[in-house]
Amino acid sequence: MTGTAQGAAISFQGVGKAYPKAGGQVTALADVTLSVPTGSITGIIGRSGAGKSTLLRMVNGLERPTEGRVIVAGHDVGAARGGALRAIRRDVGMIFQHFNLLASRTVRGNVALPLEVAGTPRAQIRARVDQLIEQVGLGPLADRYPAELSGGQKQRVGIARALATGPKVLLSDEATSALDPETTQTVLDLLAQINRDLGLTVLLITHEMAVLRDIASHMAVIEAGRIVESGATYDIFARPQHATTRRFLSGVTGATLPAFVAARLQAEPPGDQVIRVTFAGAHATDPMLARLATDLGISANILGGTIEEIGTKPFGNLLISVPHDRGDQARAFLETHGLTTEVLGHVR
Amino acid sequence: MSANLIPILWDATMQTLYMVAISAILGTLGGLPLGVFLACSQRGELLSAPWVNKVLGLVVNATRSVPFIILVVAIIPFTRAVVGTSIGTNAAIVPLTLAAVPFIARLVENAIREVDQGLIEAARAMGATPFQIIRKVLIPEALPGITLGLTLAVVSLIGYSAMVGAVGGQGLGDLGIRYGYQRFMPEVMAAVVVILIVLVQLVQSLGEWIAARVDRRAPRNRGA
Ligand SMILES: Nc1ncnc2c1ncn2[C@@H]1O[C@H](COP(=O)(O)OP(=O)(O)OP(=O)(O)O)[C@@H](O)[C@H]1O
Ligand SMILES: [Mg+2]
Repeated sequence: MTGTAQGAAISFQGVGKAYPKAGGQVTALADVTLSVPTGSITGIIGRSGAGKSTLLRMVNGLERPTEGRVIVAGHDVGAARGGALRAIRRDVGMIFQHFNLLASRTVRGNVALPLEVAGTPRAQIRARVDQLIEQVGLGPLADRYPAELSGGQKQRVGIARALATGPKVLLSDEATSALDPETTQTVLDLLAQINRDLGLTVLLITHEMAVLRDIASHMAVIEAGRIVESGATYDIFARPQHATTRRFLSGVTGATLPAFVAARLQAEPPGDQVIRVTFAGAHATDPMLARLATDLGISANILGGTIEEIGTKPFGNLLISVPHDRGDQARAFLETHGLTTEVLGHVR
Repeated sequence: MSANLIPILWDATMQTLYMVAISAILGTLGGLPLGVFLACSQRGELLSAPWVNKVLGLVVNATRSVPFIILVVAIIPFTRAVVGTSIGTNAAIVPLTLAAVPFIARLVENAIREVDQGLIEAARAMGATPFQIIRKVLIPEALPGITLGLTLAVVSLIGYSAMVGAVGGQGLGDLGIRYGYQRFMPEVMAAVVVILIVLVQLVQSLGEWIAARVDRRAPRNRGA
């Protein structure tokens, strides 16, 4: 998804951001080039302080790049000012970790706000607001105040509000980080449904790989202000290239080492080499392990494994151990047969 | 207390209410926009104008640090120019308003600063203009705080209005001094004090009631 801006709803072109500080500056972003495909759900993952929010906030001009350009639906956001910038903002909805709802307005009043701001006639506002509230499943709660809603319900109000002006792009800044896992799932489902039904492009940031696994078609990994990896979510889960990506992945892609193995894991030999084997699709791995034994005479121990779904495609993960002096050979064999391997360590 | 003091007390109470009401209204008309501006005009904020902010802040502080009784005397020429006289209730309204504006401005400024930055961010993301953010987000969200601030301002004005009595402002303070002190009628002094206490109590309760009505930050028992 890097490279050309063809079919891109948002494209970051050599974007940098430096904040002034006493005696110098802080570089929040450096040389970010990234395209967000139209109609995709694209997720950006990174640790705290990596620059995720800074990047997201450039899409609606809440931050301006100090280098490069951010193009949204053909407009250079960083160069837009005043009325032109406000017009772009109406085409970009945003939801927030802490919801940012007005305590003084009911659900209806909150959803109506962007329409009032846009100067929509009262009668139209009324009908549109009712429709939006139904769309996010809050019909019976329309006259409640935010203080009388649960976190999940508040975020639904946030989503309805973000959709009010019919934007083409929806930005989500850690929108599920303040929610419990079950509520997170229902909010993610709603985002996926909106993406499908309205053809809206969603750009979300998160520090949880599980969020990407569940709804993102594309993703990028950001580390210290730089994009270290980007592409289709499935491909990155199947073949993570960067150490940071692998770290995020461990624990999310189901298979984890049994505790007694993990406790004895060493970086260097002696002992058996512990390998993570990742396979895309419904690849039969059992035959591969059987052939490892018959063709090479290497017998592998299975330590753990899972198969799960990313997008709609199955994705498998197997942890095995082989004698360390045969490790390289075994991995080469598996790789030539289309599997991805990673050495986790050695165990005696 | 003799019956013929009742009308005098009544008149003095009405004069006090008149002075307080008019100066509170004028003070709010001036103090509310000034407070909003002070809250929004620091560097990098909605109406970023750091120099104007600094200058206005200095003026506000200067006005607030002048003891009220000195303010009253110091601006007599100005008062005379505005209302044509320096004594009476209308003349008293001038210094009362002048004291109320910066006081209310600071209270409004504080209430507006309490508004969560996230709400301003959300409104900016919607494409709201600074003026829309002030009118549709900042003021409604700060309303409970503004209401309590105005309550405090009115209570203070009741006290100040008694002070202007000392320089011919009429009202309860004037009555208390002239009858209670100069003519040595302690029952008048006592009556004045009781009326002032009742007024302050009423204003305070009313203000708190309104503030609670407009405050939606905590859940309320629905129905019942
Ligand atoms: N207004 C600012 N002034 C100075 N430095 C800033 C400012 N905003 C962000 N930064 C710095 O830029 C870097 C990136 O911040 P950013 O908020 O984008 O991180 P993040 O990835 O969203 O982190 P988190 O997960 O904690 O929200 C951080 O080092 C931060 O301290
Ligand atoms: Mg952030």
